[in-house]
Amino acid sequence: MAAVAETLDAVQSVTESGYKWGFSTDIEMDIAPKGLSEDTIRLISARKNEPGWLLEWRLKAFALWQQMEEPEWAMVHHPPIDYQDVHYYAAPKQKPGPKSLDEVDPELLRTYEKLGIPLKERAILAGVEEEGGARPQVAVDAVFDSVSVATTFRETLAEAGVIFCPISEAVQKHPELVRKYLGSVVPVGDNFFAALNSAVFTDGSFVFIPKGVRCPMELSTYFRINARNTGQFERTLIIAEEGAYASYLEGCTAPQRDENQLHAAVVELVAMADAQIKYSTVQNWYPGDSEGRGGIYNFVTKRGACRGARSKISWTQVETGSAITWKYPSCILQGDDSVGEFYSVAVTANHQQADTGTKMIHIGKNTRSTIVSKGISAGHSNNTYRGLVRILPRADGARNFTQCDSLLIGDQCGAHTVPYIESRNPTAKLEHEATTSKIADDQLFYCRQRGLSQEDAVGLIVNGFCKDVLKELPMEFAVEAQKLLAVSLEGSVG
Amino acid sequence: MNAVAQPSALQVRAQDFLARYEGLKDRLPGDAAVRTAAAAAFARTGLPGPREEAWRYTSLRPLAEIGFREPLGPLADCAALLAGLPAIEGPRLVFVDGRFRADLSAVPSHVTVRTGTPAFGTLARLDEKLVTLNTMLAEDGATIDVAEGIDAGTLLLISLGSGSHSHPVAFHPRHALHLSPGASMTLIEIAMGAGTYLHNPVTSITVDAAATLTHLRIQNESPDAFHLSTVYADVGARGTYDSFALTLGGRLARMEVHAHLHGEKAAAHLNAAQLLGGNQHADFTTVVAHDAPATASRQTVKNVLTGHARGVFQGKIEVARVAQKTDGYQMNQALLLSPDAEIDSKPQLEIYADDVKCSHGATVGDLDPDQLFYLRSRGVAQAEARSILVRAFLSEALDPIVHEEARAAMETAITAWWERQSV
Amino acid sequence: MLEIKGLTATVDGKEILKGIDLVVPQGEVHAIMGPNGSGKSTLSYVLSGREGYEVTGGSATYDGQDLLALAPEERAAAGLFLAFQYPVELPGVGNANFMRTALNAVRRARGEPELDAVQFLKRARAELRRLSMADDMLKRNVNVGFSGGEKKRNEVLQMAILRPKLAILDETDSGLDIDALKIVAEGVNALRGPDFTAVVITHYQRLLDHIVPDRVHVLADGRIIRSGGPELAHALEAGGYASMIAEAA
Repeated sequence: MAAVAETLDAVQSVTESGYKWGFSTDIEMDIAPKGLSEDTIRLISARKNEPGWLLEWRLKAFALWQQMEEPEWAMVHHPPIDYQDVHYYAAPKQKPGPKSLDEVDPELLRTYEKLGIPLKERAILAGVEEEGGARPQVAVDAVFDSVSVATTFRETLAEAGVIFCPISEAVQKHPELVRKYLGSVVPVGDNFFAALNSAVFTDGSFVFIPKGVRCPMELSTYFRINARNTGQFERTLIIAEEGAYASYLEGCTAPQRDENQLHAAVVELVAMADAQIKYSTVQNWYPGDSEGRGGIYNFVTKRGACRGARSKISWTQVETGSAITWKYPSCILQGDDSVGEFYSVAVTANHQQADTGTKMIHIGKNTRSTIVSKGISAGHSNNTYRGLVRILPRADGARNFTQCDSLLIGDQCGAHTVPYIESRNPTAKLEHEATTSKIADDQLFYCRQRGLSQEDAVGLIVNGFCKDVLKELPMEFAVEAQKLLAVSLEGSVG
Repeated sequence: MNAVAQPSALQVRAQDFLARYEGLKDRLPGDAAVRTAAAAAFARTGLPGPREEAWRYTSLRPLAEIGFREPLGPLADCAALLAGLPAIEGPRLVFVDGRFRADLSAVPSHVTVRTGTPAFGTLARLDEKLVTLNTMLAEDGATIDVAEGIDAGTLLLISLGSGSHSHPVAFHPRHALHLSPGASMTLIEIAMGAGTYLHNPVTSITVDAAATLTHLRIQNESPDAFHLSTVYADVGARGTYDSFALTLGGRLARMEVHAHLHGEKAAAHLNAAQLLGGNQHADFTTVVAHDAPATASRQTVKNVLTGHARGVFQGKIEVARVAQKTDGYQMNQALLLSPDAEIDSKPQLEIYADDVKCSHGATVGDLDPDQLFYLRSRGVAQAEARSILVRAFLSEALDPIVHEEARAAMETAITAWWERQSV
Repeated sequence: MLEIKGLTATVDGKEILKGIDLVVPQGEVHAIMGPNGSGKSTLSYVLSGREGYEVTGGSATYDGQDLLALAPEERAAAGLFLAFQYPVELPGVGNANFMRTALNAVRRARGEPELDAVQFLKRARAELRRLSMADDMLKRNVNVGFSGGEKKRNEVLQMAILRPKLAILDETDSGLDIDALKIVAEGVNALRGPDFTAVVITHYQRLLDHIVPDRVHVLADGRIIRSGGPELAHALEAGGYASMIAEAA
């Protein structure tokens, strides 16, 4: 309720048009030459001072990738990507290993300021105390292009035994953990983009919550693509040991660009017995202009393994950005009584293409999964939900409920639903429902009769349509998400 | 979303079919140009493999293991098979091993029928590989025409696999049915047989404006048979293609239906029930293209699976930009009655018009234990209670069948099937 | 003052309003009665600006302002409120949120300060109590899962909260039992005063026992065929529409 009450402010504050966060930051870059080869990988590995096993791991991924073909089954179309025309490494030139915020490039801090979104996080970055201090704390591991430059609240987390740091740092400080879990959920050869990421990932977040620890704050990362033609290959690994809990927030904005930019991230989650991981995303990469020029290609592999009994992994995403979104945050429900959830809002406008959904693989007994997907298509865009629910023979008593709803705004867009429902256990129960609708004229008129403008009415109705997903987001994200929905659909009706 | 390595056995089998074509082409009736084009396409594309999205759940590998030949022998005696036909009155066209048998048929009076040559029609597309195979090797078929405004009553189209050959046979009948404006007809298709054979029929159906075809199918092929059928149904303004298909037989079966609603207010009902046991595999795949305003489609598909059976449903609703006010509905339900049975379901919406009402639903589960207990507490024995609940589950799909004899025949066949299962 | 002169309108090319002349002075409540299909709902939609209702002639002004030139939300900001005959469902949109959004949109348009959540809830709860409605009315989604009677009461609640200057109630009494009818009537009566003008559209006289109108107009076939005092409603109830239409013809 609280989140939805904020719709008002979200809707009211929307006056800007176009892509609000389209600016770039002028920082000297250290860029590797374009192209991908074993040498590039050796360079990345050397720059990051990585141990031999990781270099071997990368090279193995690269070897596999070279034998793979780009997948074609998704309902997305784009000109062929020249993987040799991409920079695979870019780092801001600055003093290595900033010890405090004072050492962080002020230009970078101004970037966060301009982002306008991570209000509280920016305050934290700037070292400002919260008024009253009553609001929950958020720790930020900011990824600026490929190198993490600032990490806050590490001490508070350290007291609780939580490790939250750039994955490159984890490789140095906690090699045993990284080596044990990296690639254990998304194997190096899992798919074309995951293999590419494994070969060339430069940085990302690492989270380790030890046994029985409830992480004392929300963990947050803001991704940002900055360097021209620099592919982003984030790698995130989150491990929750037995009985641990973590809530992780990921949000992105990107500067306006004419050229397409490739983003192929991998996120791996591991939840042991009784552990819970809540992973929330607000994705607002540059979607391209109204003619479909430019925009980010967002090919992401996100997967969580519920390894232990009664573990739970919950994905919530609000996808409004990118020219192309290809993303299926999934749960492997191995532990008995484990729970997987996927709550998604995907908005496409102009010429955006989204093919997104989830996979719920039920392996353990009494595993449960819930899928709620809300797709909104406007303009000339195409929006596809693609989801797999697979019940394996041992998954006695498994349950799945899936609800996917599509909303079309205008008659030049497409809304598609492609569920795959596979069951090999008679005691399992699966329910799937999908609907397609438009914003009814009488709904718009009703709102306008009460005094709302056409756009406010659309914002209100769309936020209502998405309510079941938005209420799963942490409060501060929900507000931002509602604003994004309204901004993304500006000018789509009327 | 992942693919298994392509079995080369399928390519070998495709070569085999091509070789049969080379040997037979001078003797096959009908338009040679159509065949030549199909053969060229088949040489290029071969049989559908597991990498293809439309075939992700159904592998033709078992088919590849069998060397089929064409049934070139003398007229088969099929008295035993004929005796097993359900008692439905009316004119009938009987095909044995893919060949029309005038001696067993009773040609209808209100309808124009031509046999002796494949009815290629104009609807089939060579991008369907099994249709290409059919086009290349089709040996016979019925061309059926119903004139404007005529109610043609009931017509039975019966296919028997005789099992009287010394080798597995393959036959590829090719039918075309045309209902002129305002015409109506009930077509009851029954496929039965003995032994190992491949029955690969293609039927093109044209339903003109305000015409109605009721198409009821009973697929009760031999347990060793392969049934791979494709139906194209084009429906004009205010026309209706109302179909129900019951699948009971065959080792490996797939029914594919492509319905094209190209006239305003055209409607298609693609209902089906698949009852499978043992190692049976059956696939009901539909594509409904809504291509005109205010068109409607309804699909209710039920699966009852026992033993190691695998049921597949793939249903796609496509709504073109012009097809505003489309009403599309799909419901797929499966009962898994054995720990080794499997259901794979892919209901799909592809929508390009904004003022539409489209929905689909799917449920998978076992019989409701509360209902079972309720029946048993009233004194109904376990087996009987299960039987009652399975029938109740199927009734939603069967009840709309108006043709009394056909529905009775289906219910009889379902009873016989249920008695064969040990569930 | 609401002033309608020679108003004609078509729906799907068919003429429904065939020349309406009506003046409702400031502070008065007028009833419009008429048989099904006489154009009552069309009049309410034309006045509130619904798409698909094409004005082909005449004028409608409120306090001298041309209503027909305004967008629906501008009419709302000018003080017009339509209680819908069939209130619309808005899934996922909370009633309180909706009403606060609407109230503040109107206040903003008028240059009045917006109400924050606390101020709004205070006002909303007071109205709820006055209308004998449960607090959960605010938490539920707009009209979703409401009974017919609840929807109508929700319209009256919105009216009470938004405090329009000109209200059009389109068959707000239909589908109400007698208790609900009284609540609705009380809701309207509570707003009556020199700054509240209302047009009550109804089929039956019984609502007018509770909301006693200053004037009653009979609408038939797109025209007002009779006007009179409250006694006209009683005459209608006794004699029916048919005889009056025949008389007028």
